[in-house]
Amino acid sequence: MRPFASDAILSSDGAKVPMSIATTDCSRPMPTISRQIVVSNERGLHARPAMQFVEAANGFKCAVSVEKKGDDPMLVDGKSIMAMITLAATQGTELFIQAEGEDAAAAVEKLSALFHDKFGEDP
Amino acid sequence: MKLRDFIVPEAVIPELKATDRDGTLNELVTALADAGALPKAAVPEVVASLIKREQNGSTGFGKGVAVPHVKHASVAKMSGTIGRSTTGIDFAALDHQPVYSVVLLLSPENQPQQHLQAMNIVFSNLQKDIFRKFLRQVPTREAIMDLLDEADQGK
Repeated sequence: MRPFASDAILSSDGAKVPMSIATTDCSRPMPTISRQIVVSNERGLHARPAMQFVEAANGFKCAVSVEKKGDDPMLVDGKSIMAMITLAATQGTELFIQAEGEDAAAAVEKLSALFHDKFGEDP
Repeated sequence: MKLRDFIVPEAVIPELKATDRDGTLNELVTALADAGALPKAAVPEVVASLIKREQNGSTGFGKGVAVPHVKHASVAKMSGTIGRSTTGIDFAALDHQPVYSVVLLLSPENQPQQHLQAMNIVFSNLQKDIFRKFLRQVPTREAIMDLLDEADQGK
């Protein structure tokens, strides 16, 4: 019963994309950016921060996914609020934000900042 | 964590009388109080907190479901319930569609991890088209609880 079973997940791993798709525009490969962040606010990634993240992610053209490793690994669509809530990321959890597309660098920058700023929650 | 760990069967309402958001919140919290999940005297304050939370950002996350939730000092043990509407309720949902299934969650103060785990199991199921469909269609409270049991066993 993996949370992403019913939702399409965009692979952020370029190596897994079939060649026929990857070569449709070989002159301009889509940049893929990944950055590790830590959930630092006390209450973790509950609904309101998750919503902030999803709203910000949807402001970008690139695909955004968020990966949690460790005991309960999952990879979810960073533009889906339901998927993001299933991460259940508590304070101290390490997550990887991955973005693929033209504006991937800007997206990762902005989305990482949300975690860094603790979603405006803790002092 | 499983749905049955916190969904209070006696508080599940297969057909809500309320037709609007605030009435729905009141009806579900009252049902939880009647089942002993919180003191009846705390109902107005908890409902007011839930309404305030909705005003800050709707928990109608789309696809016909809403998950109103709040933490409150009067709640000793995390408790939830489910209410259904055949007519649909305006929850100011993100997708602007009516809500047919409401999963309401009340948490004690200072239990953020438990709250996140409960939200995880709720949304793991609500993401599934088949679960949402059955949740909306099964006829009785008992059938709803059977559905939750099946979901828990599939985990």
